[in-house]
Amino acid sequence: MKAADFAYEKPGNLADALALLADPDRDASPLAGGQSLVPMMNFRMAMPDLLVDLGALDELRGIAPGAAGGLTIGAMTRYADLEASELVATHAPLIAMALPHIAHAAIRYRGTIGGSVALADPAAEMPALMLAMDAEIEAQSSQGSRRIRAAEFFTGIYDTALAPGELVTAIHITAAPEGRRFAFYELARRHGDYAMAGVAVAATGTNRADPRIAFFSVSDRPVRAIRAEAALQAGDAEDAMAALDEIDFAGDLNADARTKRHLAGVVLKRALGRL
Amino acid sequence: MSGPLTIFDRPRDYIGQPVPRADTKRLLQGRGTFIDDIQLPRMLHAAFVRSSVAHGVITGIDVAEARALPGVVAVYTGADIAPHVEPYVGVLSHLAGLRSAPQMPLAVGVTRWIGEPLAMIVAQSRAVAEDAAALVTVEIDPLEAVTDMETALDPATPVIHAEMDSNLAWERTVDVGDVDAAFARDDVTVVERRFRFGRHTGVTLETRGAVAAYDPSEDELTFWYSGQAPHMMQFIFAKHLGLPEENVRVVSQDVGGSFGIKIHTYGDEVATALAAKLLGRPVKFVADRMESFLSDIHARDHVVDGRIAVDAEGRVAALAFDDITGIGPFSMYPRTSAIEANQVLNLTGAPYVIGNYRAHAKVVFQNKNMMCQYRAVGHPIAMAVADCLLEDAAHEIGMDVVEIRRRNLIPDDAYPTQSASGMKLDDLSHHKSLETLVETMDYDARRAEHAKLREDGIYRGLGLISMVEVTNPSPMFYGIGGAPIASQDGATIRLDAGGGVHVSSSVTEQGQGTNAILAQIAADVFGVPIARVKVTTGDTRTTPYGGGTWASRGAGIGGEACLQAAQALKEQVLEVAAVILQSAPGKLDIRAGAVVDAEGGAERMTLSDLARTVYYRGNELPADLKPELVATRHYRVTDFPFVFTNCAMAAEVEVDPETGFVQVLNFWAVEDCGRVINPVLVDEQVRGGVVQGIGGALYEECIYDAEGQLQNATMADYLVPMAFEMPDIVVKHVETPTKTSVLGAKGAGEAGTGGAPGAVMNAVNDALRPLGAEIHQMPMTPERILRALGKV
Ligand SMILES: Cc1cc2nc3c(=O)[nH]c(=O)nc-3n(C[C@H](O)[C@H](O)[C@H](O)COP(=O)(O)OP(=O)(O)OC[C@H]3O[C@@H](n4cnc5c(N)ncnc54)[C@H](O)[C@@H]3O)c2cc1C
Repeated sequence: MKAADFAYEKPGNLADALALLADPDRDASPLAGGQSLVPMMNFRMAMPDLLVDLGALDELRGIAPGAAGGLTIGAMTRYADLEASELVATHAPLIAMALPHIAHAAIRYRGTIGGSVALADPAAEMPALMLAMDAEIEAQSSQGSRRIRAAEFFTGIYDTALAPGELVTAIHITAAPEGRRFAFYELARRHGDYAMAGVAVAATGTNRADPRIAFFSVSDRPVRAIRAEAALQAGDAEDAMAALDEIDFAGDLNADARTKRHLAGVVLKRALGRL
Repeated sequence: MSGPLTIFDRPRDYIGQPVPRADTKRLLQGRGTFIDDIQLPRMLHAAFVRSSVAHGVITGIDVAEARALPGVVAVYTGADIAPHVEPYVGVLSHLAGLRSAPQMPLAVGVTRWIGEPLAMIVAQSRAVAEDAAALVTVEIDPLEAVTDMETALDPATPVIHAEMDSNLAWERTVDVGDVDAAFARDDVTVVERRFRFGRHTGVTLETRGAVAAYDPSEDELTFWYSGQAPHMMQFIFAKHLGLPEENVRVVSQDVGGSFGIKIHTYGDEVATALAAKLLGRPVKFVADRMESFLSDIHARDHVVDGRIAVDAEGRVAALAFDDITGIGPFSMYPRTSAIEANQVLNLTGAPYVIGNYRAHAKVVFQNKNMMCQYRAVGHPIAMAVADCLLEDAAHEIGMDVVEIRRRNLIPDDAYPTQSASGMKLDDLSHHKSLETLVETMDYDARRAEHAKLREDGIYRGLGLISMVEVTNPSPMFYGIGGAPIASQDGATIRLDAGGGVHVSSSVTEQGQGTNAILAQIAADVFGVPIARVKVTTGDTRTTPYGGGTWASRGAGIGGEACLQAAQALKEQVLEVAAVILQSAPGKLDIRAGAVVDAEGGAERMTLSDLARTVYYRGNELPADLKPELVATRHYRVTDFPFVFTNCAMAAEVEVDPETGFVQVLNFWAVEDCGRVINPVLVDEQVRGGVVQGIGGALYEECIYDAEGQLQNATMADYLVPMAFEMPDIVVKHVETPTKTSVLGAKGAGEAGTGGAPGAVMNAVNDALRPLGAEIHQMPMTPERILRALGKV
């Protein structure tokens, strides 16, 4: 289980990184924490001929209050940094709730938020949190920078709106309105495993206004349950659970589509119980 | 057979004490020598091209590009290797009717499972070898794959080996008493269940691996391998690679777990030895994790239709079952893949008084990885079938599950006796172990608590198991059937000039602590501080001849040989001491590294003084004294085919009826392995075994698709049990020493794995029963439990 041959560069600034990634003659991959990419390379499921290590790009690291409230999180910020952050606990409590469920401590010391968002694993927590928080993903290439709403970012299994040569540089989380509440629930076979089904929920006030319900590990991408949100908005949690058929459930080794459908209802019920 | 005075008639410093393992510091400081730590001059690295088709005719293998890659030294296909290897067939004469087909290290002509080695690359590095492997193109004309063992014998199913009339490898029936009449009685309640036991595997921390070196000047092969049976492998390489047996040296240094996975003949390892011979250069092969999942033997994979009849008093009137098991395309060499089914026939119901017993097993070929002996061979199936049927029957007649065991377990004073299948049993303590268990787990209080919790919608369950474990086997296990597998083992103990003692033993160390207990025994019996004992195991050139590690025999057999050798050495030393000290051997003793007066314990001379006199100043000794400061003894079990142990276990689980998740809250094991030599090591054997048993019950499964493709050959997808999900495991002991040896130790290595699955299944069903559901399929995954509950 050895990776195929590849070249390695560790640029000292973002411009150099983007230039390396823009080279049309090279199949370059950015390397963040390596917790997904390196295993894929060892399985030879990924065979980039150039690895662009983002590890020296300090400008991609850090957690700062956003311009209009909320938070801006650099793509290279590690899970461990998020776990230790007061700002995250206050302004993005969903992230704080989800982190203990993401892999294991050793992996959280290397894995990054940008890596997880860019990878767009349908079973991963972060992409669903982006949907539930209505986050914006900032992407940059040698051509310039743009912001993509989470709802437009995740386009399929391991597929995103990123263009070739484009890097995720930051996550922007808008300020939550007064009284916004959050809940998170997942079911994993073993602690730290990818979930069999999981959900992140946000809503405002005791009447659960303006709800956001985002599932992970139930379909080919993180999915918002729009009709369930509408039911919840109308004040009916039972209807919300019943409305999940809108989701295109996809099975995996641990659960077929039917079981996913059932478990989605269970995790939603339990998350709403915590909201 | 114990003599008048033994080590157990006097105070002991080590046997029975929780002595820390001497190896621990070395291993924790990273100073172990595992296969990948071995670096030899001019060493090359191997990688294999493995079949991606479960069944097919190999119509072409193009290795030209691979061969041309810089850094590649050799590429071999099955055809290249065939002239140099005598094929091997995994059959044993005492398993009457067992058949298999000749195997070669790399497939020749036809490939029969996904993962089978087809070509071997030998290169300057493993990375280059893998690059080259990717350049090999294999053309295979697919044949229909036989993957479902339940239809493997259907006439419409293709036959995997053209020379055979069907896919049946072996079949055996045990029929005792009048089973049909017992089931037909009108005063019995009959319970029938279909059990499914999934395939799983051993997942050793250190994967399989070997370094082979061949010296053409002496025609000698040295094979360092991560394994448990060096002398068996010596025979195999000699026979199948055409070398004189004494010219083959097999060495097992540190081994990172084994569990029975590393006791078989693997094509990739044979090919590694052959490549070293052909190239005259050392070759290293270390399986990566995916190769391990694809090619390490798998285990279990049984479907059992079982029936039990109990009368109104809860007495078992009859037990009967049909077992079918799929073993892959060949019977593994040389232990065969029929042993597991044979154990199921031999062991099911063995703890109980059962007069009417019928057991029938079919062992079939299929196009999946091979199945063979993994920790607790056959036991998880045998124990779960009997005890799950028994508990289900107890519920059917409204009897408590402890009470029904009390009424059926063989009485503790009934030994020697035999089991329904005819196994000779002695020195067991089922009742005492069960009562200790009931008390330890606070059985009645827990039952009451569960009833209360159910009112709040919390579903907890208790499940018990009463079991036997096969340990300390005699030649009746393998040797009788023609396998090159020793059931006797030897120990040589030598007193060195410095007063230290060196033990060399033919049992092996895989991390379980064999070396530690050998040191404890030698130190106590001979009479030196344990720090002065050094132990060597795992080298065919320097240790006595023996079987290595299998069937929980290291302590019971290797330990007894060590005890006998230490006792013999002590007598020899005292003879010399008596001459030097002008005393009599009977008046002297050896304690704490010195010769002392037996009465009073006054020191007369240190062992070092004695040894230095013998080794350096023989002129001081009378000419007719011929001192021997080394002694060797061998030991085998003679009176019994196996020395059985017994264990009573219980699991407490909570089932979440909405999600199907099972949490094991508590686990208790009361084990009787005879004399406990080291309680820490025995307890950890039981705990580790229980964890592997819980793995089989709830998590571990090699999931194949209909085409014979393994779906979860990674550590992310194959779920080994991890610490977070494991309960505390309370271990207690009842000590009934075996009379077959002075040491009195039976084995303790496999009970946990053998018993835990059935206990967990019983507990899950206890929790599910009030919900009107039951499950008899392992692993009991959330999805399967949801299906049992009718939720999905
Ligand atoms: C044992 C184990 C358990 C795990 N369990 C979970 C789990 O429960 N939940 C979970 O969500 N994850 C889990 N993971 C995955 C882990 O969270 C990864 O770290 C994460 O998915 C990727 O982050 P990374 O920084 O390691 O990215 P990398 O592995 O370095 O990169 C991942 C991919 O994203 C690309 N990439 C990285 N950064 C950027 C960027 N800034 N812009 C554009 N592309 C980029 C890379 O080229 C690559 O294709 C687990 C991993 C392991 C090894």
